[in-house]
Amino acid sequence: MSAGLDFDPTAPLTPSGNLRRRRIFSRVAEYGATAAAVLAVAVLAIVVYTVVSRGASALDLDFLIKGAPDGIGPELVGTAVIVGIATVIAMPVGVLVALFLTEFAGNRGAHTIRLTLDLMNGLPSIIIGLFVFGLLVNHKQQSGIAASVALAIIMVPLIARGTQEVLLLVPANLREAADALGVSRWRAVLGIVLPSALGGILTATVLSVARAAGETAPLIFATSVFDPSRYSLNPLEALPNVPVRVFQLSEEANPEGFAEAWGLSFVLVSLILFASVGARALLARSRRKMAS
Amino acid sequence: MNATAGPSTLSAAGVSRSRSARRRKRLDQIGDRALYGVCLLAALLCVTAIVLIAYQVVHGASPAISKYGLGFLTETTWQPNFGQFGAGSLIFGTAVSSFVALLLGAPIAIAIGLYLSLLAPSGVRGIVAPLVEMLAAIPSVILGFWGVLVLAPFVQGTLEPWLHDTFGFIPIFGAPETTGSSIFTASLILTIMVIPIIASVSRDLFLAVPRDVQDGAGALGATRWEVVRAIVLPSTASGVVAASLLGLGRALGEAIAVAQVIGAGSEIQASLFKTGDTLAARIANQFPGALTEMHKASLFYLGVILLVIGLASNLIAQWIGRRFSFRGAEAR
Repeated sequence: MSAGLDFDPTAPLTPSGNLRRRRIFSRVAEYGATAAAVLAVAVLAIVVYTVVSRGASALDLDFLIKGAPDGIGPELVGTAVIVGIATVIAMPVGVLVALFLTEFAGNRGAHTIRLTLDLMNGLPSIIIGLFVFGLLVNHKQQSGIAASVALAIIMVPLIARGTQEVLLLVPANLREAADALGVSRWRAVLGIVLPSALGGILTATVLSVARAAGETAPLIFATSVFDPSRYSLNPLEALPNVPVRVFQLSEEANPEGFAEAWGLSFVLVSLILFASVGARALLARSRRKMAS
Repeated sequence: MNATAGPSTLSAAGVSRSRSARRRKRLDQIGDRALYGVCLLAALLCVTAIVLIAYQVVHGASPAISKYGLGFLTETTWQPNFGQFGAGSLIFGTAVSSFVALLLGAPIAIAIGLYLSLLAPSGVRGIVAPLVEMLAAIPSVILGFWGVLVLAPFVQGTLEPWLHDTFGFIPIFGAPETTGSSIFTASLILTIMVIPIIASVSRDLFLAVPRDVQDGAGALGATRWEVVRAIVLPSTASGVVAASLLGLGRALGEAIAVAQVIGAGSEIQASLFKTGDTLAARIANQFPGALTEMHKASLFYLGVILLVIGLASNLIAQWIGRRFSFRGAEAR
């Protein structure tokens, strides 16, 4: 067909032939990408819905404070103790490593430490479990402390990375003003840099706590032989805890155990989601404050 | 009188001021050193931790390493009751489940990254991006528990029969087992785990692609897909590969969720719908009830293999990522 002769200037401008095909292909690709995002959100919704609908029915005050088989109190307390000690270990180390990276390290030192943090972050948690078993449990006994050490190893790179990001956001003119006034390094760091980065440090810590609270693999080595009906606060012995209990219950084919596991999952998931949503909001707020 | 007293009081004040200044200076010197020392100590602690972890795992495995040597990697029997150990079938299970997870997860995750960086309106982006990251926040044990009770029955009752009926001529889609525990179910759980990792990294990569180049292509008549195909993907390819390797590292090392849904089989089978086991899942399943010292040492040996694979995939990802960022810096 001869395009020149068929051309009708009054016809609407619609693509035809090759351009039409390209447009359609592009449109299909756009729908595909949107569908992928919808799929991910749908999976999240299904998982959360299942946990909520099956877990919430088991939930009442008795369930939260009694020991097994009626409730999950000891596990909640044990997890709180383990994660609490882990935070006390990991937070100073993480913040100091971040300070080292931003304030003191030379090029090569910073490179080495950053690589180390990335490797720590990528380490399978079960390897950390083997490590803690070899170091603290083998030939001795399981303990909450061992579990805390394992979780601290998982938390340190997360806290260090998050803290480093906010330390880099501290306005340069604050530091320069301190330098101009002849303030020494450590006073500047403790008096100016850390306080203005505090929001970010707390966010990173909360996010790492949310991650550590659900970590199961290391706890199987460190604190898995416990009595779920008895409260315990002593970190020198094996503490009941939420993740290992869910794991054990899911391996038994016992419907009553499943109900308890759904309840535990519900409590854990809601704490974790609440913490990470809150931390993100906090981060956004402190970013905005620092930018203004 | 006054003329003589003036300088003396002045000098006295000067002396006392210089003394306090000196004290302050000394304190500052100590403070600076102390802060530096503490920070250095924390940094060295991290390096020591990595070294100690590697040492402890190898040390725990040493009886098995000296007994079986490298033959352990290819030996496929694992019978603790008879004192026979080999990692062959576990390496196979790990490779297959992670590979399938990456095959399913990476394209979806990259599409999500594209959606979040180029397509989504900013209001939607602010909601969807945190939701996708929240998928990574769900503890693996709960995802695994959900996998056992919700996903596995669906896979066994609906998905696997359909795939078997439709594509049954390909040996990997064999007849479904009676329980939903299979390598395929484990791969689906791992897919859910790798998607948020790859998606958030690749979204950041795509956002860094210069806007003016994309707009230029658009002005020349390229469709949105053609802009992605010709500009966005090629310029971020190595970063996307690095992100996928990070996801792969996560999938290889996941122990708990896999242990819950994979069914702890010990044979190498072509069908994805049979039970299998991975290195990490075998450790998690058998370590608490390990029968003998050699059994324990063999499980540690599995840990050594896992550590080597994990560190390797991580280092390669780092290396690719660094090359990529250098090239980006040069281009700018």
